[in-house]
Amino acid sequence: MIETVVSIGLPVDENMIIQKNRLQPDVVNGTEKRFLVITGTHGDELEGQYVCYELIRRINQNRERLRGIVDVYPDINPLGINSINRGVPMFDLDLNRIFPGNPEGHMAECAAHQLIQDMKGADGAVDIHASNIFLREIPQVRMSMETSERLLPLARKINVDYIWVHGAATVLQSTLAHTLNAMGVPTLVVEMGVGMRLTRQYCDQLIDGIFNLLIEMGIWEGESVNVKKPIISTDGQVRFVNANASGVFVPCIEHWRSIGKGEKLGEIVNPLTGEVCEELFSEVDGMVFTLREYPIVVEGSLIARILGGVSVDADGIMDHGSIAQR
Amino acid sequence: MKKEVIFTLKSLYREDMNIYGYRFGKGNPSACIVGAIRGNEVQQLYICSQLIRELQILEQRGAISSNNEIMVVPTVNHFSMNIGKRFWCLDNTDVNRMFPGYSEGETTQRIAAGLFDKVHGYSYGIQFASFYIPGDFVPHVRMMETGYQNPSLANLFGLPYVVIRKPSPIDTTTLNYNWQVWGASAFSVYTNKTDEIDEESARQAVSSVLRFLTRMGIIRYNCHGGYIANVVREEELLNVKANVAGIYRRKKNPGEEVRHGDLLAEVIHPLEGDVISQILSPTDGIVFFAQRAPLVMENASICKIIRRLHG
Repeated sequence: MIETVVSIGLPVDENMIIQKNRLQPDVVNGTEKRFLVITGTHGDELEGQYVCYELIRRINQNRERLRGIVDVYPDINPLGINSINRGVPMFDLDLNRIFPGNPEGHMAECAAHQLIQDMKGADGAVDIHASNIFLREIPQVRMSMETSERLLPLARKINVDYIWVHGAATVLQSTLAHTLNAMGVPTLVVEMGVGMRLTRQYCDQLIDGIFNLLIEMGIWEGESVNVKKPIISTDGQVRFVNANASGVFVPCIEHWRSIGKGEKLGEIVNPLTGEVCEELFSEVDGMVFTLREYPIVVEGSLIARILGGVSVDADGIMDHGSIAQR
Repeated sequence: MKKEVIFTLKSLYREDMNIYGYRFGKGNPSACIVGAIRGNEVQQLYICSQLIRELQILEQRGAISSNNEIMVVPTVNHFSMNIGKRFWCLDNTDVNRMFPGYSEGETTQRIAAGLFDKVHGYSYGIQFASFYIPGDFVPHVRMMETGYQNPSLANLFGLPYVVIRKPSPIDTTTLNYNWQVWGASAFSVYTNKTDEIDEESARQAVSSVLRFLTRMGIIRYNCHGGYIANVVREEELLNVKANVAGIYRRKKNPGEEVRHGDLLAEVIHPLEGDVISQILSPTDGIVFFAQRAPLVMENASICKIIRRLHG
């Protein structure tokens, strides 16, 4: 059942509408659990589009197995996705920095407020992101230290390879996930793939994970999925590699593979002079879980993130090495 | 006057982006003034250019008090300004959401760190700032409520209003907020334009800064006393919204006095030309902010009014 959650008039003969698809059993008694699948916050992140499509398709194919409510919000920033804008067009605002919104605020703040009103009371949620156009990410869940106690058990069930428990940042208090978590809706933030593209392998992996979570919550009837055992780390185990020169980044390694200390990640080259401006090396033994996808870089551009103490084989299976399991 | 490069960023196929600091006087770091941090802040750039011109004349006349140093940074992000973008030209991030910055981090974090390294340590920090919704303000000084704010100092600019804003999480990464946290008295000065130049309000902004510096004993400058400011809390401003979308016709300008029921704006049917909504003032007061864009969305904030206090 498709419902319009937000409708705000645009100047010329159009409304900005945010819709969801509510999937529920034919007969409901009011005690069903409700799970939210949310994506499209950033208009340049598209991996969640395929996840929503395939999730709905599979649920509809076996509707009789549905025991609870799944609300799918495939695009909470429709103007952004239609215009290849990461933020909310007209305001140049990051939608994920204005939650919980404000009913008296401008269009984006009103929309954020109405979304939260619609989402509150749910029993769980996943907020699917796809990095940005610059960086490719392996399937991972990110959470703050303060929410980790509650969220880690859920995150382990969603079939990602990696869980990054990061330090709190005040600015992140304005995100959708922080708002929902603060309201008692356990919400996982998934990052995977790269902006403006679909990575079907990652999407299928996450869909299996969402079904697993739905089964665990009693929303979907079925056999538990054999999910991946994620590596869990904190900030201290993550090394950042940033460019110190401007030019074109040419990688010499693949994404999601092991790298040794001192091994070369790639070069920043100058196509005008034919010179290598900078060679980039790993400072640790580890696994490249973030890799630059967009070749043009300026000083400071993020090139890679490496998870120290982890190795990975040709099939992407990771060895936890020195990373402690929690 | 000493002009120096305080930060340089190299880029492929473009000349280096140099951020310049103009220093006047010698001695204690007294006041730092920062102009355009975003690429559309042309008015803010212009104000700084005029301020540098005035300070140069004052310095030549020996009107900068001894043991005081002033620094002006007119522009931080002209790479974006030169190509008509508001935020950072490559990744669209906002330098004014990156403070205090990180010198080993991403590009805009490095720009923020490079700037902040040079602009912190001054007793007073003044930024010419802009608002994200296109519109016009009554010139005012804005301060964040960090616990360190001092509205009576803000009054010394002699602008008509001082606005105190309670910071939201996103404000904690602005220059103004970090200046205050690092011990400076920080002020954001808003004039009535951003992406175009308004000579009158630019002159008013330059005068207000010179007035403040004079009153703090940093320079000697003969100026008009300015206004005794009304201190307003941002949440006290009455937000007036459009109830329908369409073409927007403004009827009241910032600074104008309005009475309850006065016509503030009209919304015109975008295809048929009829007036489909008349937006009336819900209170007596002064128009503090008014939208300028010709189109309006449903529920858009078109005006902010300072309610008149009845004695």
